[in-house]
Amino acid sequence: MTVSAPPAPSAPAVAPSRGSRFTGAAANYIDERTSISGLVKELGRKIFPDHWSFMLGEVALYSFVVILLSGTFLTFFFQPSMTEVVYNGSYVPLKGMQMSAAYSSTLNISFDIRGGLLFRQIHHWAALLFIAAIGLHMLRVYFTGAFRKPREINWVIGFVLFILAMAEGFTGYSLPDDLLSGNGLRIIDGLIKGIPVIGTWISYLLFGGEFPGTKVVAMFFSIHILLLPAILVAALGAHLLLMVINKHTQFAGPGRTNDNVVGVPILPIFAAKAGGFFFVVFGVIVLIASLFTINPIWTYGPYDPSPVSAGTQPDWYIGFADGALRLIPPGWEFVWLNHTWSFNIIVVILVLPIFLAAVAFYPFIEGWITGDKREHHIAQRPRNAPARTAIGAAGVTFYAVLWAAASSDLIATHFHVSIEGVIHVLQALVFLGPIIAYIVTKRVCIGLQKKDREIALHGFESGRIVRLPGGEYVEVHEQLSDYERWRLVSFDEYEPLMIRPNAQGRITTAQRTRAALSRWFFEDRIMPVTKTEIEQQHH
Amino acid sequence: MAKNTLSTARRGRRHPLATIALIVIGLVSTGGAYALFSSTASANTPASTTTATVDQGKKLFAANCATCHGVNAGGVAGVGPSLYGVGAASVDFQVSTGRMPLANQGVQAEQKPAQFTKDQISALATYVASLSPGPGIPDAKYLKGNGNLANGAELFRINCAMCHNVAGAGGALTQGKFAPTLSGVLPVHVYEAMVSGPQNMPVFNDKNLTPAQKADVITYLKYLDQNPSPGGIDLGNLGPVSEGLFIWIFGLGAIVGVTIWIAAKAN
Ligand code: HEC
Ligand code: HEC
Repeated sequence: MTVSAPPAPSAPAVAPSRGSRFTGAAANYIDERTSISGLVKELGRKIFPDHWSFMLGEVALYSFVVILLSGTFLTFFFQPSMTEVVYNGSYVPLKGMQMSAAYSSTLNISFDIRGGLLFRQIHHWAALLFIAAIGLHMLRVYFTGAFRKPREINWVIGFVLFILAMAEGFTGYSLPDDLLSGNGLRIIDGLIKGIPVIGTWISYLLFGGEFPGTKVVAMFFSIHILLLPAILVAALGAHLLLMVINKHTQFAGPGRTNDNVVGVPILPIFAAKAGGFFFVVFGVIVLIASLFTINPIWTYGPYDPSPVSAGTQPDWYIGFADGALRLIPPGWEFVWLNHTWSFNIIVVILVLPIFLAAVAFYPFIEGWITGDKREHHIAQRPRNAPARTAIGAAGVTFYAVLWAAASSDLIATHFHVSIEGVIHVLQALVFLGPIIAYIVTKRVCIGLQKKDREIALHGFESGRIVRLPGGEYVEVHEQLSDYERWRLVSFDEYEPLMIRPNAQGRITTAQRTRAALSRWFFEDRIMPVTKTEIEQQHH
Repeated sequence: MAKNTLSTARRGRRHPLATIALIVIGLVSTGGAYALFSSTASANTPASTTTATVDQGKKLFAANCATCHGVNAGGVAGVGPSLYGVGAASVDFQVSTGRMPLANQGVQAEQKPAQFTKDQISALATYVASLSPGPGIPDAKYLKGNGNLANGAELFRINCAMCHNVAGAGGALTQGKFAPTLSGVLPVHVYEAMVSGPQNMPVFNDKNLTPAQKADVITYLKYLDQNPSPGGIDLGNLGPVSEGLFIWIFGLGAIVGVTIWIAAKAN
């Protein structure tokens, strides 16, 4: 299957040195007891395509490793308890204050344990980078159609990883029990209490009584360092395993087909490069962590339900949920059957899961609409799937508007506009933005496809003007090489599904919807250039 | 080192603090904020009130402020409020931070370079204070920044952070108004802002926050100004939003740059 994996290096002709004899013996010893050589051979020959965007998942993986390492350090010193203590460490503005042991121990990590602040900052920055890298990796997979058969399941696992990462982030953010995280938890508490009927029960269960209670930090700690990481590592294992089994997708190019993968095999080159890349990621994180403050809990102060700071925001990945709450207009609460129905909250806890579910199940939705059952190993260029790219752009816009809404107050102060103005504009944009993004993206994709087609058939404008014998001026078009053209013309063609009667000779509503959706998906399309067209062009 | 200053400050100040508090309660209950509500005579009207400065102030006022505040500072309906009872503190704050004279009728009088000299400002303040008693210029002993730091930090979080942000970075209010950043604001202006409550800021009279507590708040703000974040560059103290933007633009940006470079090398 793999075309360019170099043959395994054969035994050297010279007599082995002492060192290599030792390694050989050791390797043999291990192999005879674990039969690991088969696995290494298999894995070692896994091919990685060398487009940069294929490394985003790696960035996420490496930041996760950094998180694990720095997090382990933090667990040695953190006390997950909400017992009241009097702070007596070296941060003067908090000296003598009553606070929870969790907060006090986080202050100690920051000020009294050597390297503690650096580790805290590494851990937090790495967490932000981890989720950002996952986000970008998901966008890459989405926009190149790399989630199509046979990779749908891996997409879902990836999505689960994304959710787990957010949950990890949120529980971690809450652990120091500072004012900011307490306010964040208070919002979550409000969200939960807004759920009709069972909300209050759940809140009492979660916080062990009335918010904030005395249990939540200890519980979040177990979830944060044990439960979620265990699930995350398992899901990550499955994700990587499936990636090895399914192999990578690759962009179309000379010699790259649906049946091969072109790139470098893991061993030895890629492994070395990846090892180096791990240190690059680690290095960037440490550099940022040593130069830039993150989550200065000492200024936030210990959690106390009364003060709330201006500019209270969650970490970026929870921002979209905070923004959704901020965008709900006032007055969506009413009393019915002696109960308060908080639609300002109910709408948010309905809309966000629907949005997330659409992301999670997108491969199946698209598969159903297109009726495409083929296996795909060639990554699509986004322009060649205009409808999908446009849907993606609409989704990104929706998310971005919610995200912006979470920082509405900062937008207001920094651009000298009123916060109401910002909110109203964003309220309009949350509906209009995705529509505009959809239309514009689709047009742009089709425009680009037309240009590709034009270039594939007629070459590109060389800027050289020639005068013909008849006196006429023409611009010379440079023809593409076959290699270059291949990139432009090799993509799948699709057509809307036809409505077909089923076995009973009936046309079901499901089929009608499907056909309608399929028409919407594919009605505007540019056909790939065919061989005949190219040949005709050359005569 | 900081530990020592605090503990000595505490030990040394326990008595003075108590005395100060007593004096303050005695003096200020007859003047200061009390005057704001009951218009009784103020003990805080500066002692240096001489006819000369009042006259000078009156002239300056007539030339620069009367169009909006009325010839006798009684206010002009719809243009500028009456200044009776605002006291020297308010005038000093408004004029030395350049908020007054108001440049344009925006949502909020914004800070700009002061347009008068120290003497002129003090004349204006004396003049306005001579019309009707109000909170005076704060005593220098509250402005030294040697109060109780931890107490000041807590008072700040409880009373000020909802508008000015825990780190004093500022924050948005409704209708385009905002609470400005407090970094670099002079202690005297912090004190005056608390007693006069400019525009949308509430008045923190001496019953709300005693002068000693105000001194604590000033101590904390001074501490924030003088001690950069222990974690490194603070990204404007804007919290998770600036952190999120930073990691996306610079963190991920740098790493994507590296991936592109690696991939380009490979080809
Ligand atoms: C262009 C009109 C204008 C001019 C000129 C002007 N002011 Fe004002 N001033 C206002 C307005 C309007 C307010 C109310 C601001 C607010 O509270 O929103 C105000 C508020 C004040 C206050 C605060 C009152 C309080 O309640 O604490 C003081 C003090 C003051 N002005 C002093 C002055 C002085 C002294 C001058 C002259 C140097 C001056 N102003 C010039 C319009 C003006
Ligand atoms: C309700 C919100 C609010 C609260 C609470 C509040 N402020 Fe303000 N503060 C403001 C606003 C609004 C301004 C701007 C007023 C102006 O521009 O005239 C301001 C201005 C100030 C200024 C002047 C800043 C400058 O740049 O000159 C200082 C100092 C200040 N506040 C300190 C405090 C302190 C200390 C507290 C707590 C004891 C506090 N504020 C509480 C809203 C608030």
